Amino acid sequence: MPIFGTALLALCTVLGVALGEALGALLHVKANVGGVGLAMLLLLAARQALARRGLLTPGLRLGVEFWAFLYIPIVVAMAAQQNVRAALSGGPMVVLAGVSGTAICFALAGLLGRMARRG
Amino acid sequence: MADIWARLASDQALILGFVALGAIMGVSALISRGLTRGRIHASAIAILSALLLAWLGGELTGGKKGLADVSGFGGLALLGGAMLRDFAIVATAFEVDVSEARKAGWLGVIALALGTLVPFVLGVSIAWCFGYRDAVSLTTFGAGTVTYIVGPVTGAALGASSPVIALSIASGVFKAVLVMIATPFVARLIGLDNPRSAMVFGGLMGTVSGVSGGLAATDERLVPYGALTATFHTGIGCLVCPSVLFLAVRALV
Repeated sequence: MPIFGTALLALCTVLGVALGEALGALLHVKANVGGVGLAMLLLLAARQALARRGLLTPGLRLGVEFWAFLYIPIVVAMAAQQNVRAALSGGPMVVLAGVSGTAICFALAGLLGRMARRG
Repeated sequence: MADIWARLASDQALILGFVALGAIMGVSALISRGLTRGRIHASAIAILSALLLAWLGGELTGGKKGLADVSGFGGLALLGGAMLRDFAIVATAFEVDVSEARKAGWLGVIALALGTLVPFVLGVSIAWCFGYRDAVSLTTFGAGTVTYIVGPVTGAALGASSPVIALSIASGVFKAVLVMIATPFVARLIGLDNPRSAMVFGGLMGTVSGVSGGLAATDERLVPYGALTATFHTGIGCLVCPSVLFLAVRALV
């Protein structure tokens, strides 16, 4: 049943966010500390546990994967509601960060990739 | 007519949001295939057009929520809001095969660490040069330089202002588009022709759409390997940017 997958995803998300909130309180940060990342780890662990017991049914997968497929459209919706008008004043900053970030990562990828072929 | 529209716009906001998203994605797919021959990924075009529409919405309404302030598009606020966004991002972790990931070995881990740290430090430094001094804005922009997902997730967690979040998304999207366009041209130069280097590449570049788009334009068989490490990238970025890296930035400023 797909709802089990969606419910599992929801449970992991809520637990992860709760852990992130707790971690934030623990570290005295007025923020959620890595809740989304922790939720991802929880989901991975849950997936492995289900797979071991043979409970990873196609229906359950569908309930999770549907939301994974919606991730790009949801990011598009997120972009569509940003305050872009206010952001445009920082134009050169965006271009500079984008270009230099990409260039440095390409160079590092070349370096590490060469090591990968040797190793 | 106007009455019916007003009713629909308020009562069916979320449903209209799905229609609007489908339209944006559809038109972007057409542009991607027709004008760029698939070189620029449809998702990158969709995100750029959404940012453009958000700008248009801001100009039309003077509001702060971009296109979501325009009548009939209010559903986008819920669809692209923090709750569903985090939900969908967590769902993408389901696709990661842990045993495959382990094969990337230490180089994959090093690539992931460098791919998070280097763009972050660069983004923070650039934001500093442009006059930002508060730890929240600096961290958010640095996180946006990692990927356009890590930026807004970090910004939302830290309570950054919407303009800063938009800037962080813009720099992440700019990077994603650059990666998509430039990868096929630099592939030979950086030895991007085997699964291992593709995994290293994915870990370093991070942006899933950039990596999958760029690798698709280079050699389709490399896509899953690059995407695998890139999928981890966003999770790791979302874990360390609002926590360890934010604390480091706050200690420095």
